Amino acid sequence: MDIGGINIITLLATLIVASVPILMAALGELVVEKSGVLNLGVEGMMIIGAVIGFVVAVQTGNPVIGFLGGAVAGAALAAVFALLTQVLLANQVASGLALTLFGLGLSSLIGQGWNGIRPPLTRDVPLGPLSDIPVLGPVLFSHDWMVYASFALVVAVWWVLRRTRAGLILRAVGESHDAAHALGYKVRRIRMAAILFGGAMAGMGGAYISLIRVPQWTDGITSGAGWIALAIVVFASWKPWRVLLGAWLFGGISVLQLSLQAAGSRIPVEYLSMSPYVITILVLVFISSGRGRAMGAPADLGKTFHASR
Amino acid sequence: MKRRVLLATAAALMALPAASFAQGMDKVKACFIYVGPVGDGGWTYQHDQGRQALAAEFGDRVDATTYQESVPEGADSERVLTQMALSGCNIVFATSFGYMDAVNNVAAKFPNVKFEHATGYRRDSANVSTYDARFYEGRAVTGTIAGMMTQSDKIGYIGSFPIPENIQGINAAYLAAKKVNPDVTMSIVWAYSWFDPAKEADAARALIEQGVDVVLQHTDSTAPLAEAAKTEGVIGFGQASDMAEFKPSPRVASIIDNWAPYYIERVGALLDGTYEQKATWAGIAGGEVEIGEITDVVPADVKAKAEEVRDAIAAGELHPFTGPLNKQDGTEWLAEGETPDDADLAGMNFYVEGITGQIPQ
Repeated sequence: MDIGGINIITLLATLIVASVPILMAALGELVVEKSGVLNLGVEGMMIIGAVIGFVVAVQTGNPVIGFLGGAVAGAALAAVFALLTQVLLANQVASGLALTLFGLGLSSLIGQGWNGIRPPLTRDVPLGPLSDIPVLGPVLFSHDWMVYASFALVVAVWWVLRRTRAGLILRAVGESHDAAHALGYKVRRIRMAAILFGGAMAGMGGAYISLIRVPQWTDGITSGAGWIALAIVVFASWKPWRVLLGAWLFGGISVLQLSLQAAGSRIPVEYLSMSPYVITILVLVFISSGRGRAMGAPADLGKTFHASR
Repeated sequence: MKRRVLLATAAALMALPAASFAQGMDKVKACFIYVGPVGDGGWTYQHDQGRQALAAEFGDRVDATTYQESVPEGADSERVLTQMALSGCNIVFATSFGYMDAVNNVAAKFPNVKFEHATGYRRDSANVSTYDARFYEGRAVTGTIAGMMTQSDKIGYIGSFPIPENIQGINAAYLAAKKVNPDVTMSIVWAYSWFDPAKEADAARALIEQGVDVVLQHTDSTAPLAEAAKTEGVIGFGQASDMAEFKPSPRVASIIDNWAPYYIERVGALLDGTYEQKATWAGIAGGEVEIGEITDVVPADVKAKAEEVRDAIAAGELHPFTGPLNKQDGTEWLAEGETPDDADLAGMNFYVEGITGQIPQ
């Protein structure tokens, strides 16, 4: 199945792997934003997850523990953000940006001396006959376990947000923290939990880059993936299924433009590589034109909550 | 007002040692600006090795402790360069092509600070020198190995930006591969970055999916090698640095940039007062371009051929671009036995005949 010299099956398989880091980070950020908090520190949390996940995996020789380490590290950095914005009531945008800068610097410091080491290999999940199915086999059934975990998390996040009481409370806090507070819900505690979850997801997404996608540690390895994750949340209008689509679209375009070049295509790649950002800008313009509510942005997104007010 | 006084004082302070330039200097402060992190394991790592060699060579007479990593090419670099000039650096090494405009702008404002720009060609003021290495000579060696080692007759090249340095490398590697394997074809992917591990890995993957089994890279991280390691039978080469951790395969050889001799020469000249503006472009013969160990994955005859090419270039008997050569569109570039001059090389903006694809404009 070749189109323009590109094998569509391998392209789809690559696309799914390439989109895992941004999918994980975007899912985490979606939950955070649904609770009414805007954390712009995704990039910082991802790269901390990438370096700690890498170090832990190399030390223990076990990539699964590495991913856990990445999640814990991401959550730990998110805890700093939670402290700043929820306890000390600092500005969320500024704190988030600071978190990114801090994470990039700290990861570079921690990563000293870890260059050029190969992490333990994560193998594809043996799905036996499933992976021999034509087309579907290579596209869907020949990946590592994190790919399936990320799919499961999309379903889990959707189910919790839409179908459970906990999800309802979380959304209530994001829509109107005053009303939720009046009903007796612990706004601050719920938001902190959401922030920690977001940090853990970003950390795992980062660890996926350093342990599976690139398998190595180099400074600045995430190179902007966190920002794309933030854009995807907006693009997906805060819906988990659309986050999956957005991650595939953004991940797919970045893979596609390289494949097109390798296949000797004459389509100017510059247009293709800028298209995800153009789409994001269009979506942002649409949202800010006053239809943001219809797009699903939580009403209290980015607002500071204090019980006395 | 206060700021102006400060600037004036700084300028005056810097003007003082100028008078004694001819007699040399007691102590030189050498500063470095890098495009990537020193831990990239490639380009910036090698420049930083050169910086450390300065300290080892001159001891107390040189202060080479100031460097700034991961400075984007553009307005940021101008700010960093100005900061370095103001903070008392006597000589500033700007180690990426894209710093060219910034270096020349800042150099015009600080005539007493020496600026050294790697891989550039503009020397607008008397205090700007440029230095470069003939990486394409190394590409001819790795291209020879690539042409002989490929089973699928498809080799791939990950370019960073479509600038002459990359195009020299692509043409040199292709011509060398073609010479030993007439069936070889080359796919080229532009990453539009010097350093982006995830993208470099994806680029390598895209090439491998096209059936490429030898990946040459012009980007700075080790990610393409890590990607090549995932597929049996795919090989690559260390770029800028030895990248020895991927020995014996997929890294079967490497092109190493050795900047230390140049840095020591230039700072030494500043110390003893013999410093002059110049444009340096040395290659394998000058020791700036080294070929790293060729591993045992490479059969003996291939290794012998590669070493023969390397030694012939070093001895000046072989030029990677020797006529008759045509440009991609079939027009004549070099006549029989002709070799290009440096200006021709430095402005190279076309593929040679046989390479498919277009250079992005």
